[in-house]
Amino acid sequence: MSTLSAAKTKKANSPVELFMHGLLTVFGLTSIAFVIFITAFLVVSGIPAIGKIGFTNFLFGTVWKSTAADPKFGILPFILTSIYGMAGALLIAIPVGLLCAIYLSKMAGHVLAEVIRSAVELLAGIPSVVYGLVGMIIIVPWVAKSFGLASGATLLAAIIVLSIMVLPSIISMSETALNAVPKEYEEASLALGATWTETVFKVSVPAAKSGIAAAIVQGVGRAIGEAMAVMMVSGNVANMPGLLKSVRFLTTAVASEMSYASGLQRQALYSIALVLFIFIMVIMFVLNSAIKKKKD
Amino acid sequence: MVQEQIKTTAAEQAAVSARMRQAQEKLRKETQISSGRKVKGGVVNGLMIASFVIVIGLLAVIIGYICYRGLPKITWQLLSTQPSHLKRTVGILPNILNTIYIILITLMIVLPLGVGTAIYLTEYATNAKLVRIIEFTTETLSGIPSIIYGLAGLLIFVQALHCGTSILAGALTLVIMTLPTIIRSTQESLKTVPDSYREGSLALGSGKWHMIRTVVLPSSIDGIVTGCILAIGRIVGESAALLFTAGMANNIMNFGQAFLPNNAGSTLTVALYMYAMEQGDFDTAFAIAAILLILTFIINFAAKQVARKLRKNTAAD
Repeated sequence: MSTLSAAKTKKANSPVELFMHGLLTVFGLTSIAFVIFITAFLVVSGIPAIGKIGFTNFLFGTVWKSTAADPKFGILPFILTSIYGMAGALLIAIPVGLLCAIYLSKMAGHVLAEVIRSAVELLAGIPSVVYGLVGMIIIVPWVAKSFGLASGATLLAAIIVLSIMVLPSIISMSETALNAVPKEYEEASLALGATWTETVFKVSVPAAKSGIAAAIVQGVGRAIGEAMAVMMVSGNVANMPGLLKSVRFLTTAVASEMSYASGLQRQALYSIALVLFIFIMVIMFVLNSAIKKKKD
Repeated sequence: MVQEQIKTTAAEQAAVSARMRQAQEKLRKETQISSGRKVKGGVVNGLMIASFVIVIGLLAVIIGYICYRGLPKITWQLLSTQPSHLKRTVGILPNILNTIYIILITLMIVLPLGVGTAIYLTEYATNAKLVRIIEFTTETLSGIPSIIYGLAGLLIFVQALHCGTSILAGALTLVIMTLPTIIRSTQESLKTVPDSYREGSLALGSGKWHMIRTVVLPSSIDGIVTGCILAIGRIVGESAALLFTAGMANNIMNFGQAFLPNNAGSTLTVALYMYAMEQGDFDTAFAIAAILLILTFIINFAAKQVARKLRKNTAAD
């Protein structure tokens, strides 16, 4: 007995055990360190330019001329473009994605649903530059032709590409949520005389509400954060947003000038990244806590 | 007198049957689905089928168009050479190699880190508050868009740590980006390992790490593999985070050189972007897009296969 417990304590307190415990604790703390590092670096690099340009001039200035002799650094066009782009993309993607998810989950045959499901997963995994390329070659010329524009690289083209990119995550996450609704709910509704459509929309969808909300939140995140695909189809000019104007998003504003910027211009790009970072964190935090509240 | 009686019964009968008919009618009206409800149902059904058809159409157009434009352009020369200004030929071998290097270096770092964090969270951590904070930070990390990672990588690895624009800086940036993926999938499979395994091992006198190494990790290997596949998928598809960290160079280098600072190299996605936006070479861009599509297909398939195996194993338990 005593030898056994001695062996055990010896093993539990062996140097290897202690070392691994310490090492794994350090590993566990790294993700905290990463978040702190990223935030600190963004804040430290982003603040100086805001100070030099002036908070209101920077956030609410409507003109961005970073390379002019008398440079202007107003990022309101980028902020509005990002908001419009996200709203437009979700306006298209939520109804289409949700209806498609309902069809897949409740109406489609087993084999068809399985095929479409893998295709949607494939769509979700396609790199964003590929979407940008397809958008450049198909959607941009189509927009130019339909509206008689010289160039179709507009907010509209970006919205279409973004909505296609958001669709897969909305479809697959809402479908998972809908599949998790207990069969008894639907059977009870049908037994009470509701039609199948009524059952789906008044029973299944409300029951899957929180999962669908999470799907939409993820869509919001992807729509605001997307850079490369949008850069390839939006024309990349710092206009105030208009559906048929070339525009620049917060994300693309950072990416497009980074390779050659220096001095105050470069610092202003860091500030844009800081604004984008805060913007996304606030939106995600608000939406996520709203979901959690509803769940409780 | 008798006749009167018969008359009244006839009248009563008529009244009764009329009332019955009324009741039947009422019942029918109540139980029948009104035409308004039918129309509504029809419209909603139509919309549903329409959006389903839209999604299928999108899938077909995107996948079909990429294959149509890209597949014929994939040649052996494209795959096996580097771009040459002298010969005026285009090759993507450097980009293929760079992608592989970045995947390997990232996984080499993120795998111990992510699996270690997951083990710490599920097996060691006793402070509930700390666990909540770590889980919150991993959630935060997974919500940060890749362009922000690109900029943070530029500030931290390229500039502050003097890696320069290099494969190494790109891989380090992607380590942070893919960390939440590895942590989450490892954690999920660690949770499926029955506690009786752990108790059995501890009761036989093994220490905690010994128990984890010999019992817990082997039974959760599927989840770790899934995490790796998902991480590879993200790395293959990433471009915004690599543009300013790993750079845009197209030179062939060996695996050892990929670890050196200031050795820039573009991955397939960054190369696609450069060919399409800077050089207007859409043939090469579509060839790369087709390759990426095929890679995505393979990665998805592999992830699904592993997940299926994982489910089977847990079901068997």
